[in-house]
Amino acid sequence: MSSKENKMRLFAQGIRDGFPIGLGYLAVSFSLGIAAKQIGITPFQGFLASLTTVASAGQYAGWTVIAAQAPYFEMVLTILVANARYLLMSFALSQRISPKTSLLNRIGVGYGLTDEIFGVSIAREGYLQPVHSYGMFLSSIPLWSIGTALGIIMGNVLPFRVVSALSVSLYAMFIAIIVPPARKDKVIAVLVIISFIASYLVSRLPAFSQISEGTKIIILTVVIAGIASAVKPIREEEDE
Amino acid sequence: MNNYIYIFIMALTTFIIRVLPLTLIRKKIENRFLRSFLYYVPYVTLAVMTFPAIVEATQAQISGIAALVFGIVLAWLGVSMYKVAFGCCAVVFILELFLI
Repeated sequence: MSSKENKMRLFAQGIRDGFPIGLGYLAVSFSLGIAAKQIGITPFQGFLASLTTVASAGQYAGWTVIAAQAPYFEMVLTILVANARYLLMSFALSQRISPKTSLLNRIGVGYGLTDEIFGVSIAREGYLQPVHSYGMFLSSIPLWSIGTALGIIMGNVLPFRVVSALSVSLYAMFIAIIVPPARKDKVIAVLVIISFIASYLVSRLPAFSQISEGTKIIILTVVIAGIASAVKPIREEEDE
Repeated sequence: MNNYIYIFIMALTTFIIRVLPLTLIRKKIENRFLRSFLYYVPYVTLAVMTFPAIVEATQAQISGIAALVFGIVLAWLGVSMYKVAFGCCAVVFILELFLI
């Protein structure tokens, strides 16, 4: 197979892999749009914000800054906190991408690095393939953007039953990503269970109630993965 | 205060966060601790984001719990991601027909 054919195949595969993500996005971005409407964001602004930022928690946080008409630097700080986990994900991907990858492709892959795209990317064997990522972007990010605009235009038209059912789709995808490796590697299985418990405790303890969702994710990730790396460092063959 | 400027700052800040490590770190990290850390990070992050959020996302808590358990069983059996997602949505939809 020529490398061009191979790229087309990867691109097509990316479009297929991105589509279920896009469907999940449609439901989430719709509610993001409903929230945007309440603070006077126009459908076009919502579309533009979603196309350029592509971050659910980040955009929710951004809306609150716009609603408060806060100074611009507050937007920078809020986004830094809400989206800091992407820094970790980008770090992790830097070790999964071929060292030969061009600067442009690194920037391209980084642009659409969402939780879901990241999840699918790390579930694949071998080096991350930028064309595969672009395929996923193509079938998911437009739906994210359109969903936001539709939420602003139409408000609550989807039946609540459908919204409720669709709301688990993204989490179901996360489960599908973490469970198969947990089955093969006991350390990951234990880590997943510890993460569930810790995340539950943090969400219930009043001491943590002032901390944003994004910050909780970062703290828990750094602490749990940090302890695991000290106690159970990976063996050489697990490295690839 | 202009919405377009807010949107621009929001997008640019997010973009820089996402692109910096990918563009700056071009070598394989040799440190074993750091390599282990980066290997574990994805699984921990995704697990932390999944629970308890999945239980709080649905109209009825019990349907969220059912979706979580059903999803874990399906994924354990090696069912593809798309089908796991669809199966969990179906569980919530059907359960809530009776519950709500």
